Amino acid sequence: MPHFERLYNFACWLTHDRQEAEDLVQETYAKALKGFSSFQLGTNFRAWIYKILRNTFLTSRTGLKATAPVPLDLEGEEEALPAVKETPESILLRRSDDQLVRQALEQLPVAYREILLLCEVEEMSYQEISATLAIPMGTVMSRLSRARKALRGGLQEQFAKG
Amino acid sequence: MVCESWKSKLDMYIDGEVPEEEMRTFDAHVRGCHSCSADALVLVQMKRAIHVAGKRYTPSAEFRKRMQQKIAAKPRRSFGLAWTLAAAAAVILVVGTLTSAYLGTRSGRDQVFSEIADLHVATLASSSPVDVISTDRHTVKPWFQGKIPFAFNLPELQNSGFTLLGGRMTYLDQTPGAHLIYDAGKHHISVFIFREQSLPASLDKDPVSPKQLTFNMETWTQAGLRYFVIGDASATNVDNLAKLFKAAS
Repeated sequence: MPHFERLYNFACWLTHDRQEAEDLVQETYAKALKGFSSFQLGTNFRAWIYKILRNTFLTSRTGLKATAPVPLDLEGEEEALPAVKETPESILLRRSDDQLVRQALEQLPVAYREILLLCEVEEMSYQEISATLAIPMGTVMSRLSRARKALRGGLQEQFAKG
Repeated sequence: MVCESWKSKLDMYIDGEVPEEEMRTFDAHVRGCHSCSADALVLVQMKRAIHVAGKRYTPSAEFRKRMQQKIAAKPRRSFGLAWTLAAAAAVILVVGTLTSAYLGTRSGRDQVFSEIADLHVATLASSSPVDVISTDRHTVKPWFQGKIPFAFNLPELQNSGFTLLGGRMTYLDQTPGAHLIYDAGKHHISVFIFREQSLPASLDKDPVSPKQLTFNMETWTQAGLRYFVIGDASATNVDNLAKLFKAAS
């Protein structure tokens, strides 16, 4: 049961639409059922089924629209971190304002949103994320770091709005 | 302050991805460095906040039911395609509530067979299918000592075409038992052993039909123990492994 509920949650975050998320989960299970022979014994079943869901999303109309090529600046050189003492986002985070964090997450590009969800919500290891997203470990690290920075930026904007 | 090399690894540090030997040095640095500890704190707070905020959507009862019905219908239609059936059983397991709803209408005997099939598929789908990894029966058998309330014999496999992959403890109807996994070509066969007295008495009354089971399976009682041999390998392979066990017991 955990996979079903979590896959649905992940699908909702990707699609932003419950009906589409249901279709996505349904298609994922249908594909998993059909292609079970491609699952390698001893490899990670969770990463395998998430990969199916993600690939299905990427080839859907919503997915193609949402994942238009990631701008170079997203994957570019890291910016220097601001000196951190008491930052707006740390105040926000301390207040545990879920709504603001959700809004900031929703506004992130899919590439950042999905990696944050896999790491923080699904609690996947870098290796599992690498297998799920089919990217090298080095890219997992750099993308995760940039995704966190982007989220901090988003939270700062929310904070500035009041 | 030269913190750049530490800061570049702060994400890995808070994600627990720094190698163990480096972790202690990292801990010591973060404790002593105000700048790194402040950054680490923000990252941890953000991690927690995403963890909470990210668990947002729950499937409706209606959708769950629809999925269960779809998956439940698959095995009957796709008889003969062993992998598809294995997948169906795996998904049935993943979508767990189906099991309880589905089994509620079936006899105790069918429930046992279905649970055996689920245990087999769930174990193979796991990233660590066995707890004792060895091809040597003299290693695997003693591993169960003190873990299950009975002893059993494992057959000699030389020139049999089977390879022992290892074993694990398992439970059926709250009864502890042994689960052994064998390699037969590219297929895997599970052998389950339980104490007979703990299981329904009517298991042998009606021969197991592969049509109902979706896997090839044999079950028998010997010396007070109930054996199940199950897998998507051919019926001959399942039968041959069963014969080896019967001869060894």
